[in-house]
Amino acid sequence: MKMFLNSIIADPERVSRLIDIAQSSLQPLLKGAILYTIPLTLITFVCGLILAVLTALARISSVKPLQIIARIYVSAIRGTPLLVQLFIIFYGLPTIGVVIDPFPSAVIGFSLNVGAYASEIIRAAILSIPKGQWEAGYSIGMSYPQTLKRIILPQASRVSLPPLSNTFISLVKDTSLAAMILVTEMFRRAQEIAATNYEFLLLYLEVALIYWVICFILSIIQGRLEKRMDRFVS
Amino acid sequence: MISIKGLHKRFDQLEVLKGIDLEVEKGKVVVVIGPSGSGKTTLLRCLNVLETPTSGSIGIEDQSLDFSSSVSKKAVPPFRRLTGMVFQSYNLFPHMTALENVMEGPITVKKESKEAVRKKAEQLLTKVGLGDKLDYYPFQLSGGQQQRVGIARALAMEPKVMLFDEPTSALDPELVGEVLKVMKDLANEGMTMIVVTHEMRFAREAADEVIFMDGGFIVERGKPEDIFTSPKEERTKQFLRLIQ
Ligand SMILES: Nc1ncnc2c1ncn2[C@@H]1O[C@H](COP(=O)(O)OP(=O)(O)O)[C@@H](O)[C@H]1O
Ligand SMILES: [Mg+2]
Repeated sequence: MKMFLNSIIADPERVSRLIDIAQSSLQPLLKGAILYTIPLTLITFVCGLILAVLTALARISSVKPLQIIARIYVSAIRGTPLLVQLFIIFYGLPTIGVVIDPFPSAVIGFSLNVGAYASEIIRAAILSIPKGQWEAGYSIGMSYPQTLKRIILPQASRVSLPPLSNTFISLVKDTSLAAMILVTEMFRRAQEIAATNYEFLLLYLEVALIYWVICFILSIIQGRLEKRMDRFVS
Repeated sequence: MISIKGLHKRFDQLEVLKGIDLEVEKGKVVVVIGPSGSGKTTLLRCLNVLETPTSGSIGIEDQSLDFSSSVSKKAVPPFRRLTGMVFQSYNLFPHMTALENVMEGPITVKKESKEAVRKKAEQLLTKVGLGDKLDYYPFQLSGGQQQRVGIARALAMEPKVMLFDEPTSALDPELVGEVLKVMKDLANEGMTMIVVTHEMRFAREAADEVIFMDGGFIVERGKPEDIFTSPKEERTKQFLRLIQ
């Protein structure tokens, strides 16, 4: 580190070269974020949440086969590395004739992942709602789906908001793994640029900074959202 | 009006209701008393089909369910709507205002128009003395106020029978009166009610009949003044000595 700093300070030309690279790479990096990182995050989070709610409902249902399928799915996803899952989808499936483009491969892989982890959060949130809430719903004549939708899920979503926000923020960072299956998202672009000018430290620091800014903004939004959702509890 | 025949309820090994027979005429108020664990809550929950009885039958007005054979899932919600349940712990929906709590059933279950339901809900909340608290969330209300919202919520479904499970036992003493008053008003309007409570004053003033339950049986029943002043059964005497 000291050597690096010394070499920079001692060499004004290097400094201006680094500033140049940092500036000129900012645009392609942000483009990668806007075209791939952010859409990938949003699309997979929505798909993942839908999958998660269905999985959570299957796990708390009284239908044994549904329970078992859901358990196996969650266990398999949680028990294997995300990178391996992505490789299976993108590099593995083509060997049996299933070829999927990089971006949709990433969407599938990340959605399955979010679905499994978030289902545990949602399941715990649903189970944390007192039994009396179900009974109050039933007692005014509501059916299971009506009670679930109108009474239980709104309360469960409040309970699960903080952990789900964390899942979301992790997902933003995890999408950098999509670089490994050729999605030209932000991190892959940093790799590509660095390969041409060898300023690895600069580019990886720059890309890290952008992730940090995005996550920082998200955590502010998370705080606001939690405050708003808290309005009906003491 | 209400006709309960041979009602049994068993939880695994434990038989909680051991054959309850009870007829209640329209417009009557029945108060159920008895020691803790005697099956009072379970009896009300069976009437509201929150518990499925093991055997026996329940008839309310012209509808009845016979639990000796298996009851179809479809038959339960319409039967449930004949009774309105008021819970010991209120069980209000915490994410809805008082008004929304009362409107929920008619809108979601009966699919009534929002405008009409809003008017009805406002009238009901005004009737239970909460006309100025329509937009309060449950956590902003006292226990007594929450329980009155609970009563209005049940009434909004226009049940034939109101069931109260110790509606005042979770309340601070100074809040009991306001809930009992609402219940007395309801009784005077001719609502058929089954009330589990140990509020003897309410039983004396509002009940047509008092039922003493113990060990899953109805041990004794009669007019409130008879039960309270000259109970026949030894167990009733013992119980009344304990609570008075
Ligand atoms: N869901 C349940 N599972 C098992 N036992 C229960 C359940 N509900 C109630 N019981 C038992 O049934 C008995 C009667 O309970 P309950 O009807 O609540 O009595 P009460 O309201 O008169 O105090 C108690 O011994 C209680 O433990
Ligand atoms: Mg009880």
